[in-house]
Amino acid sequence: MAELIRDKTGRLLFTKEMKEEYTILCPMMLRIHFELFVSIFRHYGYKAELLTTSGPNIVQEGLKYVHNDTCYPALLVIGQFIDALKSGKYDVSKTALIITQTGGGCRASNYIHLLRKALRKAGFADVPVISLNLSGLEKNPGFSLSIPLVRKMIAAIVYGDALMLLENQVKPYEVIKGDSHAMVKKWTKYLSEKINKGDACSIKQQKEYLHKLTADFASIPVKRVPKVKVGIVGEIYVKYAPFANNHLEDFLAEQDCEVNVPGLINFVLFKVDNRLDDIRIYGGSKAKYHVIKVLYDYLEKMQQVLIEAIKSQPCFEPPASYDHVKKLVDGVIGYGDKMGEGWLLTAEMLELAEAGFENIVCAQPFGCLPNHICGKGMIRKIKAINEKANIVPIDYDPSATRVNQENRIKLMLAVAKENLKEEV
Amino acid sequence: MIKIGLDVGSTTIKCVVLDEKENILYKSYERHYSQITEKMGELLQKIQKEYVGKEDAMVSVSGSAGMGVAESCGLPFIQEVYATRLALKKLIPDADSVIELGGEDAKILFLTGGLEVRMNGSCAGGTGAFIDQMATLLNITPDEMNELSKEHEKIYTIASRCGVFAKTDVQPLLNQGARKSDVAASIFAAVANQTIAGLAQGRPISGKVVYLGGPLTFLSELREAFDTALSTKGLCPENSLYFVALGAAYNSEIAVDLNTALKNVAAYSGHASFLFIPPLFNNQEEYDEFKTRHEQCRAPRAELEGYTGKCFLGVDAGSTTVKAVLLDEQGKLLDSIYQSNAGNPVPIIREYLLNLYQNHPGIHIVTGAVTGYGEELLKNAFAIEYGIVETVAHFTAAKTFMPDVDFVIDIGGQDMKCFKIRGGAIDNIFLNEACSSGCGSFLQTFANTLGYDIAEFAKMGLFAKHPVDLGSRCTVFMNSSVKQAQKDGATTEDISAGLSVSVVKNAIYKVIRAASAEELGRRIVVQGGTFLNDAVLRVFEKELGVNVIRPDISGLMGAYGAAVYAMSRWNKQPDESKSIISKEELENFVHEVHVTSCGLCSNHCRLTVNVFGGNRRFIGGNRCEKPVTRRSGAGDELDLYTYKLNKLRSYEPREGKRGKIGIPMGLNMYELLPFWHTFFTRLGFEVVVSPVSSRELYIEGQHTIPSDTVCFPAKLMHGHVIALLKEGVDHIFYPCMSYNFDEDLGDNHYNCPVVAYYPEVISANMPELEHATFIKDYVGIHRRKDFPGKMTEILGQYFEGISLHDVKNAADAAYDAYSCYLEDVRHQGEVIIEKAREKKLPIIVLSGRPYHLDPEINHGINKLITSLGAAVVSEDSVSFHEHRFRTGVLNQWTYHARLYAAAKYIADQPDMNLVQLVSFGCGVDAITTDEVREILESEQKIYTQIKIDEITNLGAVKIRLRSLFAALEA
Repeated sequence: MAELIRDKTGRLLFTKEMKEEYTILCPMMLRIHFELFVSIFRHYGYKAELLTTSGPNIVQEGLKYVHNDTCYPALLVIGQFIDALKSGKYDVSKTALIITQTGGGCRASNYIHLLRKALRKAGFADVPVISLNLSGLEKNPGFSLSIPLVRKMIAAIVYGDALMLLENQVKPYEVIKGDSHAMVKKWTKYLSEKINKGDACSIKQQKEYLHKLTADFASIPVKRVPKVKVGIVGEIYVKYAPFANNHLEDFLAEQDCEVNVPGLINFVLFKVDNRLDDIRIYGGSKAKYHVIKVLYDYLEKMQQVLIEAIKSQPCFEPPASYDHVKKLVDGVIGYGDKMGEGWLLTAEMLELAEAGFENIVCAQPFGCLPNHICGKGMIRKIKAINEKANIVPIDYDPSATRVNQENRIKLMLAVAKENLKEEV
Repeated sequence: MIKIGLDVGSTTIKCVVLDEKENILYKSYERHYSQITEKMGELLQKIQKEYVGKEDAMVSVSGSAGMGVAESCGLPFIQEVYATRLALKKLIPDADSVIELGGEDAKILFLTGGLEVRMNGSCAGGTGAFIDQMATLLNITPDEMNELSKEHEKIYTIASRCGVFAKTDVQPLLNQGARKSDVAASIFAAVANQTIAGLAQGRPISGKVVYLGGPLTFLSELREAFDTALSTKGLCPENSLYFVALGAAYNSEIAVDLNTALKNVAAYSGHASFLFIPPLFNNQEEYDEFKTRHEQCRAPRAELEGYTGKCFLGVDAGSTTVKAVLLDEQGKLLDSIYQSNAGNPVPIIREYLLNLYQNHPGIHIVTGAVTGYGEELLKNAFAIEYGIVETVAHFTAAKTFMPDVDFVIDIGGQDMKCFKIRGGAIDNIFLNEACSSGCGSFLQTFANTLGYDIAEFAKMGLFAKHPVDLGSRCTVFMNSSVKQAQKDGATTEDISAGLSVSVVKNAIYKVIRAASAEELGRRIVVQGGTFLNDAVLRVFEKELGVNVIRPDISGLMGAYGAAVYAMSRWNKQPDESKSIISKEELENFVHEVHVTSCGLCSNHCRLTVNVFGGNRRFIGGNRCEKPVTRRSGAGDELDLYTYKLNKLRSYEPREGKRGKIGIPMGLNMYELLPFWHTFFTRLGFEVVVSPVSSRELYIEGQHTIPSDTVCFPAKLMHGHVIALLKEGVDHIFYPCMSYNFDEDLGDNHYNCPVVAYYPEVISANMPELEHATFIKDYVGIHRRKDFPGKMTEILGQYFEGISLHDVKNAADAAYDAYSCYLEDVRHQGEVIIEKAREKKLPIIVLSGRPYHLDPEINHGINKLITSLGAAVVSEDSVSFHEHRFRTGVLNQWTYHARLYAAAKYIADQPDMNLVQLVSFGCGVDAITTDEVREILESEQKIYTQIKIDEITNLGAVKIRLRSLFAALEA
């Protein structure tokens, strides 16, 4: 039985013994990506488990243990953890939790502390929480992000982005309903198994698998007819997690739309690039700059691998490169706006509009601070640049009802359909 | 073929039937009381019988409540705003913009110059439901409100952003005796402002404006208010109620067999499901046991008839009701009243007292006490000796039922008060400043919309089989949850029970924010009219898992406590010479009200002056004591907020060779002004600072705010920028700053995202800036060494000939000026603390952000505190005493780190207490408030939080502060 050890600030550490004995619960955000992440953790000997739970009890637990004015994602992630710990499914004395921490100026950097407060209140003070971050916050003897592990995670992001993008491009047009979803399942399972064995993560293998899976998707029979094209942007959790956005993608699919959800790799690049921009804007150490630049360059290269693979099949639209997306906001919003999704959110809207997805749902938690600026605050400017842009901001929180959200989205869609009719 | 358009809104159902030439054959408009499918069925049947016959017809459904029904019944659906647009294209093709108000929604359509449609999001402020709510509050119908409004003389400022806030504005106005006609007109003006500010978001509404929807059709004065706000004359066309239905009808393309449609509609009502919770009572026995238990808790009574001797009067002038009790010499209850205050408690109490005097000549009311909103008004009107704060009144009353009570919760009409008791004193107070959804009027409003009276409605829930789980949140949101539940087949019984549950959940989890029932204590007394409702009481006990005490005079506890208080004062120190107003005075009683603006300071409070017979008068609406005492500046020497503000205002423009540069005085500029003023003055600029904020300044910029949920301090920036442009400044400097100075108190030194990047919002949303240079570059003052070089580059983009050397010199001076300013604030803080200690006055560390200095933001709370006899210092005048320490959260924002440090510092300062100002919508403070509370409570200090917004209910603020002082004295 692992001993409970606290550091000098009183934080419960995740020890090497715990690595052997404990199950690590991961919250859910992006189904495909996170399944692959869990496989990586397992490969490195962590007993990781992805929480796939949903349902109203999660919200209730969140409301109970988190300040109700805190953002919705915090409420859901923490609610999901507490719901799991209370479910009786896990031996609480042998369970740890993992959560990301960005270290940015948004409230999100505080999720881990809010989680610990909630755990104390709920009587789980002895459940260790691992911070997953690249900022050197909170070290644990039993958990480390080694370079090979980080590389594998980047590979998983690339795979995840590819599968998500391809599914979105095929699904609305597939002749046999369910083909593309089955393909995603097949590849996620296949890649998980490979990754679990430590495979599929070298650049060579990645290129090979990405080409293969792209070809596989291209083989699905489709019938292409003009459809309303809708892009989804927003606060990262609400944008991706169906549980948080009331299954927005499914709703749009039911409304007969083609959906485009920009991938995760640009967000990762953005977060790394922020550190470079900090030095460029305010000054700073050249050495630090070069270290970060190595990571940045690697990520960019991986993005190129992804783009090349998608391009190998002419029927697919490759995702926009980070470089291109960043150029789009030059003169629109400053590169110094880095908290939360920062300028990237504005850039993604511009990019989507440019790529023909001028109908956009901008999803954010109610009262999301960065989105007052880079989301709602920029819509006017985006419209000035691209007058076709048809953007609807939607707020999500525990009490916002689906009826109201869907009604607003339908209004956006009515305008979109009219525009589509004119084009055809 | 016949075309049918149905518009199923949140409260009404509208229908039109068109013939083949699109002439209107039939139209109807009725309330559906949420019986949507039944009403739809009725309508369709009627139409089939009278117009369609056996043929098919083309049907289209629209409206916010129509979506679900349409989809499951296989009828074509068209989004309502879009439908409006279709109708307009046909009927008023030259319209430029449309304003449409409905039951729960507000919309603006821009038709020319780029089609855009805007509708209200999560906020229903400024809609028909809101007007209904306000009318209920005034105890009149919306039509009467319209009539009254025609006679108005004055417009008051009423928060239009949210119904809840508006209520907190309207109620004090009424309690202070403002005219109903003025209030009615003010409500319409507020609706117009809300719609325009919330929806236009920077786009001007001009040209041919069309008004649509129920409220704008029925209320001429509301149209008037819009005309005034827009400086235009809008058109309310024929069939203005039916545009959505018409649009739907025009859009009908699919032939439908009405018989099938009717069958589907009928089937639809049966099969849906909703979330529910276990019943409140499983059977009659359970209910009987419950009733018997609570009936035992009775206040001692005595017979009034024939009583002669001394009595004590207690009055509680609450937000919607007025209560009074009369006690005999032993404290036994002789008599009581509990009445709706109908907007003005004065005549009610007059009549009550007159009746007492006339019918019971033997009684002698020796003294009395008043509590509640109308405390000051009634105290002055009837010469009642004591006024006590509500919390003290309720605590006094609760103690007579349970001497060792450790938690009291009072849920009234619109307010909720609960507090913990520690060591015999009121400790932790929770008030519902931001939300009234946990209160009685919430239930009442729902009961009324569904067509029941409240008592009947509440009873229906007791034995509901499947109480709806509605969660806990705002009334506005609740409307749509209820709508959805009804759509899914919940019965009125289920909804009644569900609403009782959410009242309780709101109280526990939203207002009190308890994680578990144990936290509240185990010896609980519940009070207030809402707890007379057995369903609410049952849910409360179930949720807490403990049996509580509900006195049989639950609704009278405030008045009872006041009377007990007066009696105990009398027993301590009887004074036969005093008494309350005499019978003769009552008979000749007059009450006149007039309204005026106070000119004694820049706040320009709107005063309501109440004059009663004799020399008694009462002034309401004031934020400080100046208009009452006629003394100006009383207490300023003990107020660091005033000092800091004066200090900042002393940075005046000095003419310079480089011309003018403007600085908008808001957000972080409240701290960095000394820095930037010095910096630019040194460089040879004439630095023009925008004026002190005012309501007018705010309104000037209001139409350019893109996000209506951002905090008020940020919204004010728009007005400041306009003020600068008006002064003819052609360069405005307002930089983005991710980072603030590192004061080494925390793990990082960020600004919050809004402070950091608000210049981006200003730049992207203010077309007024087109003719000026707006400098919003990213600046890093935290890197002292890099600053001059980076700043030279930035300035080089806009000005010629500013050398690195110049910037270096200016920067040296700026950094010095900034530290001098901080030093000066700290020094003055010390001076005030010393003075207060000499006079033995309590010291309040009024903690917030630098920009809480702005009187438009803090609403004069600093002055309110000094008027209550305490000194005020700011968090930054004490935080520097502390070193970095471990906090339970990531301590990463400079301003917020000061809060934690200040909280820690006062822990061992017995005469200091902390009051935290929190701007509504401040996401960051969701984190800091909990942490500051934890720091204080771990040191046995009382935590007091005040939420402030565009408009703030100073009444609630006063309760908090007075309770705090009462607890300190105990």
